[in-house]
Amino acid sequence: MKFLNYFRGETFARGIHPPQHKETATMPIRRLPFAPRLIVHLSQQVGRPARPLVRVGQEVVRGQPIAAAEGFISVPHHAPASGVVEAIRLHPTANGPWGEAIVIRVHPGSTQEVLWEQPQYLPALDADELIEAVQDTGIVGLGGGVFPTHAKLKVPKEWPVDTLVVNGCECEPYLTSDHRIMVEQPADIIAGIGIVRQLLGGPRAIIGIEDNKPDAVEAIRARLPDDGSVSVEAVPTKYPQGAGEMLIKTLAGREVPPDSRSYQIGAYVQNVATLAYMGALMPKGRGFIERVITVVGTAVDRPGNYLVPIGTPLRFLLDYVGARDQSLEVVFGGPMMGQAVGSLDTPVTKGVSGILVFRGRDVAERAARKTYPCIKCGECVECCPMGLNPSTLGMLAAKRQYELMSERYFLGTCFECGSCSYVCPANIPLVQQFRVAKRILREKAAA
Amino acid sequence: MSTPLIEIRSAPHVKAPRTVEMIMRHVVWSLLPICAFYVVQYGISALASIVVVTATCLLTEKFFIRTGTQSGQLTDYSAAITGLLLALTLPPGFPLWMGAVAGLVAIVLGKAIFGGIGHNLFNPALVGRAFVQAAFPTSIATYTPSFLTGRFTEFIPSSVAWPLMIPADTVVWMQSKQLDALAGATPLAKWKFDGVMANAVELLTSLSGHMAVGPAPALVLLCGLYLALRRFMDWRIPVAILGSAALTAWLLYAVDSTRYPNPFFMLFSGGLILGAVYMATDMVTSPVTPRGMWVYGALIGLLTVVIRYYSGLPEGVMYAILLGNAASPLIERITQPLTFGRGAPGRSREGTPGYVSRTDADAAIPKKRFLRNKPKK
Repeated sequence: MKFLNYFRGETFARGIHPPQHKETATMPIRRLPFAPRLIVHLSQQVGRPARPLVRVGQEVVRGQPIAAAEGFISVPHHAPASGVVEAIRLHPTANGPWGEAIVIRVHPGSTQEVLWEQPQYLPALDADELIEAVQDTGIVGLGGGVFPTHAKLKVPKEWPVDTLVVNGCECEPYLTSDHRIMVEQPADIIAGIGIVRQLLGGPRAIIGIEDNKPDAVEAIRARLPDDGSVSVEAVPTKYPQGAGEMLIKTLAGREVPPDSRSYQIGAYVQNVATLAYMGALMPKGRGFIERVITVVGTAVDRPGNYLVPIGTPLRFLLDYVGARDQSLEVVFGGPMMGQAVGSLDTPVTKGVSGILVFRGRDVAERAARKTYPCIKCGECVECCPMGLNPSTLGMLAAKRQYELMSERYFLGTCFECGSCSYVCPANIPLVQQFRVAKRILREKAAA
Repeated sequence: MSTPLIEIRSAPHVKAPRTVEMIMRHVVWSLLPICAFYVVQYGISALASIVVVTATCLLTEKFFIRTGTQSGQLTDYSAAITGLLLALTLPPGFPLWMGAVAGLVAIVLGKAIFGGIGHNLFNPALVGRAFVQAAFPTSIATYTPSFLTGRFTEFIPSSVAWPLMIPADTVVWMQSKQLDALAGATPLAKWKFDGVMANAVELLTSLSGHMAVGPAPALVLLCGLYLALRRFMDWRIPVAILGSAALTAWLLYAVDSTRYPNPFFMLFSGGLILGAVYMATDMVTSPVTPRGMWVYGALIGLLTVVIRYYSGLPEGVMYAILLGNAASPLIERITQPLTFGRGAPGRSREGTPGYVSRTDADAAIPKKRFLRNKPKK
């Protein structure tokens, strides 16, 4: 009776149920050792790249700021390990173009101890100081959005926020990093919620967790504050439940109108991992230097949830987890929306919640599937969580009628969850075409 | 560690197992029991008709794929579906050469000239049938009774007519079987021209002897149910068609029960069930939007009854579906789904800021509505 969820008002309309593959859900978080060289990109966030604070040859200690935020929409970066700045040079990024990065040669004796911190008493800070404190940690949206968290927290005064939606859904298949954080660090999450509530004027907080993670629900429920300001809800397991708009719909019953921000309907969404790191780092005044990443996939011998220092090169990480094959597909993020990485020299950045490693032959099998013309089966229309018509959009995209796509068929509403491409029996690359179309439209608008 | 080859592909990196071939293959499988029962009813003539029509469709499709003028391939099973469906809509004693013409036209005019699978505007099987209905009006109206003795040993004489020759009249042949000419008329034709109405249960199962009917509606519904449950077919369209046809027929029956037949007769006679379950649900020619499917189905149901009652033809399903196909781009255009967040502001359940958590609501309002979120004991 799962399909009745929507009619009972428990979740959003449509969506898909891909196989979950949450094999690493029961594996505790383990530390990854330091790679001999760590590569900290200056641009790991939406907004302007950070400005380096160190010179080549300079000694840095673990936790020390090595790059400062450049303006408001930017974040500082910190040294993930003690060592020497070997170079500041161009390095591959997951997106393709090379970006400037600080390369740290790690001292062989570098310990896990964080040697640079500035403890602070958070309740004494006012809103601006608190936002500054968030920026100093260098935290970005860890769900994959990588928008600087402090900038998102600056909600305009005229929009009161009454509901803080905490996103613990982790609806992407394979990924379990948020799940493990919820199970192992519930106190940090509650502390993080406290900070955000302090900033937003004390809205009530609802933690939404998909009902395939009952242990996470229990772990957090045991730590809830007594005043009832924070509650936990098990929400139906369905992709893309973890999309902000969908979770607001599920938990608060409100739909974010197009071209609006969620605070305009009184809701504010924050990823559970982001909150956990805020709660863990901010009281101590530490920087964000490592994060939990799920490493899993058909090519991985030792999958698991690893605490990975930011800047760990992919080659070192894959070697450690035993991913070896003739050819590999390496994806940063989940299988539905993740980014395939083109070089093993790419380092882990702040926005990476999972690393999927598939064997080349598995990928080739999928890629060999024949593409048919659209047979108008309507599967995509029945799964699009935004209520779009991917079938028609796809046909228009093939004819390059991009303006029509955005004007009459609301292409701008698409948040590229990939459900349409996932279900399409004709194997039409729908969301891939939409990405291209949106990009072309953006460039046209900018020109 | 030697550097492995790196594959780069655009997200999503996973894919549902369902393919076009898989959908079409299941439709073919679901048609096989219907074909088998049809052969039991009418014997080797029906078998020959199914084989000839399907083979013609496949060969024609193969030709156009070889010449490169159409997309798809033979293994996508779509031409097989066209052939089987077309054969099931023709009378069992339909001359084989005319069946071959129907199959040829179905693929050429119904599919190939549009560019093959996914591009056709009209259901190919119905295009083929419409063509032979216009070209051979006598033969297509000549039905023979089912369950005749010796149906597995001899052909119906009209079946084996020489190509381009007028088929032999079946009346003489039926007289030799001690059946009057009326036995060869379909229940719809009997009602329309002679005012004789058949029993609904007999129509549903087609098991009563010597009735000139097509494939058994009960079996078609059963096979359709399988497809709908496996989601290889959209359930909305048949429900809409049958619902709207039944409603229209019932309204007219309520107005004048002597002039109009009862709604059961309307539903189970002629090709309405086969058309609703297999023809109208053809994915390519039906609207892609859920609301559009309802409109499309309702239109077909209404048109079917109207054509049956008020035109010179006894049967109207084919034209109703073809008209529905023609209207479906328009229907699709006016029934685009409601985009997220564009609904009326009042649509949201808890649109106001005073939101109460479902856990709290669970405590306040006992059970029922929030079953799933009860904390585990």
